[in-house]
Amino acid sequence: MARRAIPDWALPWLSVAAVLVLFELLPRIGVLPREHFPPISQTLDTLAQQAGESKFWDAVGNTLQGWALGLGIAAALAIPLGIVIGSSRLLYRAMRGLIEFLRPIPSVALIPLAILVYGTGLQSKVFLAAFASFWQVLVATLYGVQDVDPVATDTARSFGFSRVQRLFRVTLPSAVPYVATGLRIASAVSLILTVTAELVIGSAGLGRSINLARSGGNEELMYALIVATGVLGLVLNTVFVKVERRVLHWHPSQRREAAAR
Amino acid sequence: MSERRQRWLGVGLEVTVPLLALVLWGLLSAGSDTYYFPPLTDILSTFADTWLFERVGSDVVPSLERMGLGFAIAVVIAVTAGLLLGMSRRARIAAAPIVEFLRAIPPPALLPFAILVIGVGSSMKVFIIAFVCIWPILLNTIDGVRGIDPTLDDTTRVYGISSRDRIWRVMLPAATPQIFAGMRTSLSLALILMVISEMVASTNGIGYFVLQSQRTFAIPEMWSGILLLGILGYVLNGGFTLIERRLLRWHRGARASALG
Repeated sequence: MARRAIPDWALPWLSVAAVLVLFELLPRIGVLPREHFPPISQTLDTLAQQAGESKFWDAVGNTLQGWALGLGIAAALAIPLGIVIGSSRLLYRAMRGLIEFLRPIPSVALIPLAILVYGTGLQSKVFLAAFASFWQVLVATLYGVQDVDPVATDTARSFGFSRVQRLFRVTLPSAVPYVATGLRIASAVSLILTVTAELVIGSAGLGRSINLARSGGNEELMYALIVATGVLGLVLNTVFVKVERRVLHWHPSQRREAAAR
Repeated sequence: MSERRQRWLGVGLEVTVPLLALVLWGLLSAGSDTYYFPPLTDILSTFADTWLFERVGSDVVPSLERMGLGFAIAVVIAVTAGLLLGMSRRARIAAAPIVEFLRAIPPPALLPFAILVIGVGSSMKVFIIAFVCIWPILLNTIDGVRGIDPTLDDTTRVYGISSRDRIWRVMLPAATPQIFAGMRTSLSLALILMVISEMVASTNGIGYFVLQSQRTFAIPEMWSGILLLGILGYVLNGGFTLIERRLLRWHRGARASALG
């Protein structure tokens, strides 16, 4: 192929630089209204200042706490339940209708109930995050348990593996990639619900801080905190992908991906 | 047990278990004097009083309008951008960090920004719904376009088919199954963002009604709103599945014949 003026590796950096320059210049020359869009350098400056303040890290900690507890509770309930339901054909059929009915209910509809029952603190946040994440993990686990290669199960059976042995040697290992994907999506969902609870209910955390910055008229701080929340989401997702790749390096889906890269 | 009997038993259970759960809820809550958990019969009668059809015009229609508009805008933008990015590898590389970052921001965190810049009216809600719904559709469209059979792509080139026809007749249809998968994810996001945006700043809508009921301790009304949102989620999801099956019938047919 012909040599290009700009090599591939430089493209992402250039596009990021272009966006930064755009959001620096447009407010300065007045294309974007200055009172709503501070130049990006001021936002980043504020973000750097925030990184030195304990209040900011408290908010990050609160958000992370809600995220982790919500995801953890959802996983602790959904994975065993998914394995039990998924292992029995009849039980699966019995529960499918119920699951399909409950799953599409938007978890945010339960916000008022959470306020009534759990108040405006951490518990509400964790309840909402856990409820929303639960379905992602449950459905992924169900798929995983059912997608076990029947030849593998039959082979294990004819070699005289007991039910329990089959569960741990055959079913679970082949379901793990599905569960991992479910957990990754559930992690994003848990973060979304945590931030929502902070915003709507007013539990302590980044969501509430963003809203307070807006109502206090501190635009730079609002943008800085939104950027911080985005970075948090990005970091959590990257960590999940990395861990998934490391834990599942033996699995074909990961090998294919590694080869494609 | 015979294969056939087992199948009927399965279907029967699938229908009866949700009904049983509903009956159980009704029985357990029947004599309930717990303030927060009123009897199911109270909730249902309040549901009939509130939503059939007194508040349909004032709350349900505005909510659905905002959701539908936001979703439609997202589909148009995301499919167009997805086609462009899917066709050019270098554009994809360049856009990747920006897409990844915008997608990683938890959507509700952008609500204060939308309120600040656009205000608290309907357009703010449409904006936030559209913004959030773009990403799943965009990424799926890109994947769909990239996944086109190279032979098919080469064939259309060799036969000198114009790029306009190639986009409309080859790429778009080939990417449709993926685009629909993205749209389904986005649809449930649209419902969620509709509710959140109405809870944070609104004077009407289902989300507003539910939160307002809780604040005024109108508990059966609050439950009736939650029930309505649940039904709405179920109906939207089910309706979309039906449309998808209908529109993609050719796809499954084509796959089946290719496999057979």
